[in-house]
Amino acid sequence: MAYVPIADQDHALHDPQSFITKYIWSQDHKVIAIQYGTIAILVGLLALVLSGLMRLQLGYPDSFSFIAPSNYYQFITMHGMIMVIYLLTALFLGGFGNYLIPLQIGARDMVFPYLNMLSVWVYLLSVIILMASFFVPGGPTGAGWTLYPPQAISRGTPGADLGIIFMLVSLAVFIIAFTMGGLNYVTTVLQARTKGMTMMRMPLSVWGIFVATILGLFAFPALFVSAVMMTFDKLLGTSFFMPAMVSMGQPLGHSGGSPVLFQHLFWFFGHPEVYIVALPAFGLVSDILSTHARKNIFGYRMMVWAIIAIGGLSFIVWAHHMYVSGMNPYFGFFFAFTTLIIAIPTAIKVYNWVLTLWHGNIRLTVPMLFAIGFIFTFIHGGLTGLFLGNVTVDLPLSDTYFVVAHFHMVMGVSPILVLFAAIYHWFPKITGKMFNVALGKIHFWLTFIGAFAIYLPMHYLGFLGVPRRYYAMGNTEFMPDSAMALNAHITQVAIFVGIVQLIFIVNILWSLFKGKPAGSNPWGATSLEWQTPDTPPKHGNWGPQLPVVYRWAYEYSFPGAKDDFIPQNMPPEDVAMLDGAGKYKGHSE
Amino acid sequence: MSLFRTLTDKSWEYQGSDTHFSKTRTAAPERIALRFFLGVVGVMFALFITAYFIRMDLEDWRPMPEPLLLWINTLILFISSVTLQWTRMILGRGQRNKLKSGLLAGGILSVGFIFGQLTVWQEMTGAGYYLDTNPANAFFYVLTGLHGIHLLGGLWVWTRASFKVWFGADVEEIRLSVELCTVYWHFLLLVWLVLFALLAST
Amino acid sequence: MPLVVAIVFLVIISVLLHLFSPWWLTPIASNWSTIDDTIHITFWVTGFVFIAVNLFMAYAIYKFRYNKDRRSRYEPENKKLEAWLTGFTGVGVIAMLAPGLFVWASFVMVPKGADEVEVIGQQWQWSYRYPGADGVFGTVDTAFIAPENLFGMNPEDPNGQDDVLVESQEMHLPVDRPVKVLLRSKDVLHDYSVPQFRVKMDMVPGSVTYLWLTPTKIGSYEILCEELCGIGHHVMRGRVVVDSQVDFNTWLAAQVTYADTLVQVAGNPQIGQSQYVLCSACHGANGEGNIVLNAPKLAGQESWYLKRQLNYYKQGIRGTHTDDLFGQQMAPMAATLADDAAINNVVAYIQTLPNDPAPVTIQGNVANGQALFNPTCGICHNRNGQGVWAVNAPALSGFSDWYLVRQLQNYKSGVRGAHPQDKFGFQMTSMVNGLKDDEAITDVVAYINSLR
Repeated sequence: MAYVPIADQDHALHDPQSFITKYIWSQDHKVIAIQYGTIAILVGLLALVLSGLMRLQLGYPDSFSFIAPSNYYQFITMHGMIMVIYLLTALFLGGFGNYLIPLQIGARDMVFPYLNMLSVWVYLLSVIILMASFFVPGGPTGAGWTLYPPQAISRGTPGADLGIIFMLVSLAVFIIAFTMGGLNYVTTVLQARTKGMTMMRMPLSVWGIFVATILGLFAFPALFVSAVMMTFDKLLGTSFFMPAMVSMGQPLGHSGGSPVLFQHLFWFFGHPEVYIVALPAFGLVSDILSTHARKNIFGYRMMVWAIIAIGGLSFIVWAHHMYVSGMNPYFGFFFAFTTLIIAIPTAIKVYNWVLTLWHGNIRLTVPMLFAIGFIFTFIHGGLTGLFLGNVTVDLPLSDTYFVVAHFHMVMGVSPILVLFAAIYHWFPKITGKMFNVALGKIHFWLTFIGAFAIYLPMHYLGFLGVPRRYYAMGNTEFMPDSAMALNAHITQVAIFVGIVQLIFIVNILWSLFKGKPAGSNPWGATSLEWQTPDTPPKHGNWGPQLPVVYRWAYEYSFPGAKDDFIPQNMPPEDVAMLDGAGKYKGHSE
Repeated sequence: MSLFRTLTDKSWEYQGSDTHFSKTRTAAPERIALRFFLGVVGVMFALFITAYFIRMDLEDWRPMPEPLLLWINTLILFISSVTLQWTRMILGRGQRNKLKSGLLAGGILSVGFIFGQLTVWQEMTGAGYYLDTNPANAFFYVLTGLHGIHLLGGLWVWTRASFKVWFGADVEEIRLSVELCTVYWHFLLLVWLVLFALLAST
Repeated sequence: MPLVVAIVFLVIISVLLHLFSPWWLTPIASNWSTIDDTIHITFWVTGFVFIAVNLFMAYAIYKFRYNKDRRSRYEPENKKLEAWLTGFTGVGVIAMLAPGLFVWASFVMVPKGADEVEVIGQQWQWSYRYPGADGVFGTVDTAFIAPENLFGMNPEDPNGQDDVLVESQEMHLPVDRPVKVLLRSKDVLHDYSVPQFRVKMDMVPGSVTYLWLTPTKIGSYEILCEELCGIGHHVMRGRVVVDSQVDFNTWLAAQVTYADTLVQVAGNPQIGQSQYVLCSACHGANGEGNIVLNAPKLAGQESWYLKRQLNYYKQGIRGTHTDDLFGQQMAPMAATLADDAAINNVVAYIQTLPNDPAPVTIQGNVANGQALFNPTCGICHNRNGQGVWAVNAPALSGFSDWYLVRQLQNYKSGVRGAHPQDKFGFQMTSMVNGLKDDEAITDVVAYINSLR
């Protein structure tokens, strides 16, 4: 049967006419990606400011009267929720997923462009609802980003009346937006690949985003289910999660519900969520490392298998967040076992990144700096995960600053370093302009060293036993003064690193208007998005003819080839060889 | 192409665009998307059912009775699903009138099912089985309600398909719409049978 | 090149910080040194990997730095190397996991013959229950919880009669005896955690969880709540005192049993009236307060609050701070009440006095006061300012507003609430942080005035 790419069967790609259809109600995946990214970064900046306020209170307790205990708990909750869901998930999948999937697999657009457009607007709606919760009576919820009942919906917690409802509704709306986007990403990867683009020729970015999207599709329902049930408990007086309890001396009408059930549902979503953020980061960083090391990614198949293995395992490790939750303690054996198993495919990924550098020809460009910085912080954060994943070691450390330090290193700093790497790496393609390299390097050094200076010592507060989610430590005997001084030091660095991010914003905005033209393939990369006829790519991406793919995405430094990279869509007969190297045939053993 | 062969492909070892790995994508993307969507909805109901079993083991659980009407509703939904399946099968023979009546009958039966479910709700609240009196009741209302909402979503797609049939879109397009509707209806019937079995057996 | 230096530098810094920083595991005071062993094992394994992989990476970046005349090696995969690395990682994982699971097994299984003690968490305080002479706990139910039955004891259950109820924030344990700590919550999730013991567990309303340990060092340790439980999470503090068996027995014998609480005599207002004469000199014949004499209104205040404050004055917990001039005047007056019975009587008499609102003397920005009051004060003292017994928050509205101002100032400056024995005062010292200055204080009090 003749092969007809799905993307070309659809002739209904309407070219947008006016400004509004081009930039606002756009169905172009690239515009939608930028919309997703812009919203995510703006709301992320708010979360960054919130973290600065928290740090002020922690470093200098009793000094800032505008941070009352209720404010503090609201700040930590909104900071966590925004960073995890509305920034990281949205930016990796809605932003980079949207931008890269069609370009890297050689499609004209997502298979359902209209649904894609709806997705970003529904996402915006969820963000608006979230922001609205700052202005309702009682303010946003302060239940912690895990929203554990009964606390989240009973007196004594800030925002337990309206804030939590807005939060739950916003999450439900976000899940709808994500599902619309996610169905699109998965179907596009499966159905819209161009001629010659087999699954195992896809760049790892697509693999990471693809598997993360599948995780999201099957994990977010758990959050949805728990949000629905909690909303019922709060508004309609049911007792799904709410036990009989005496709140502030008042018996409530609930009886018999199970708070631990909520935790199971929440973490059945919450743990895959970690990988919904991490897998796209793994994918993007693999491509960046390979490109700038001028070497194929080491062990491509192993990398794909590891992504799939991690994705699958992530659904059977959730209760390692609940070792001390009061669940049946015998579960601890099973979940400690599965959790430590997941370390193996993760370690393989790290080895393969490092081995990609080995015998490479490493260009320390700005994206490469961030990518290597990621390997360093991810090794650190991954290893501390082995403490917390092992049920016994977790006993003294859970709910202390060790946990805070661990997940910020592995899920905060690491993915954000990848985001910066990816933004710098693809900025020339997205805008056609080159960013300012000097500013980019300053940004890297201050962010990388600064972030490590914040979180490395924080682990030691955890060893001491300093609990997390404390508005103030007060006078606590086992905490020496030096620990409090350390807290103040961490705050200083954190505020500094927060301000440093302005360099990034300035760089992006300045380069957008004044940057030098970058050319279509400034890094000499092989994957399809760098081979578009226009930069930035126009609507439809490829001009009249879809690209045809002849090889995998990592043909760097092929022995005997004239250039140190061979694009995926270059016909074998066009590959220029060095004198005496014979005709290009590709690799064979 | 088996999944195993796909994933063990040493993709760097050969060149060219005509590989045996790239010739199988013929299904309409809508079909793939629907499959994933059914997966998502299935996971959601599966999690509710898991929560149901966990909550059921706690001591305050008082099971609800199942009124006769639920059996009738089940029958209605079943016939609706069968009707759509029949419609899908006759589509190949180009009998436009039968197509119209089949599609219409399927839709009306589904609306009937929803009204039937609402009547059950009324009966139950009338008999004192309120949402907040027992978790068994709460699960009953939440599960039937969510199932109904998914059916309403299906009816919206059904309405669009019907418009296509009445205003004469081309056969391929109608075929796809009817097929997607039918698959979705079968899925919702299956979900309902599982839910009903769950509610009736506990 | 700077990147190579930076990576090596950060590795060295990490090692040095670990070796020389003053922050490490808080000295242990229980049998769970095996938990510390698992931490050490994990540290060695992960530490080795951290140093090895990063130094290797730094070397690779140095050795294979960009050179336009050189080509990278084309190397799609190396199955043998990957298999070795996988196996090597697997061994490391087993080395960490296996000891962990053994220790966990010993944590899950409580040794036979362990003593039992129950810890009850609620927003934002701790209380404790010991099974008494019969060694069996009486049954409890949330439905029984009331101001006079804080533990929710089942009055019908004979096993509960001799249960020892400890309402103070302090529990005692005998040294070197294994104890199973049963954990229960009245309201939301809490977590019983003593860093020196290493073990912790959440308390879940509706069920009883547990942990076990053997205290090995005599001493006094802080109990922290480590599961977010609302705005007072960080001030939910308790204390566990590990005693010798003899001291423990003495302490336990001095505590009240459930049966004791049932027979407590109510105060006698007639007797109390004669004792109140002394009070009336300042606080007024009707307990209406007197601003000139710095005596606040008493009438209408709840008895558990008055009793606690009188006891504090007697015990030197209040009225001893050098800057607390008026408190120092009160302390000798409280000392004239000989015993609990006297306090009960005088408080009973105060309950009979007419509760007329005190005159308004403070003006301020009510709207601002409301914005400050509701999210913080309103949680415990109630939105209507009438107080909540369950969290030990007294009524505020209708009482002497100038007195409220002074107490808020005292809490802010540490004149009140700083005493280590002041069970709930220290919670106030944290909560007043949201009040920037005297203006904010008068605004809040003006709002409280508007609630009457």
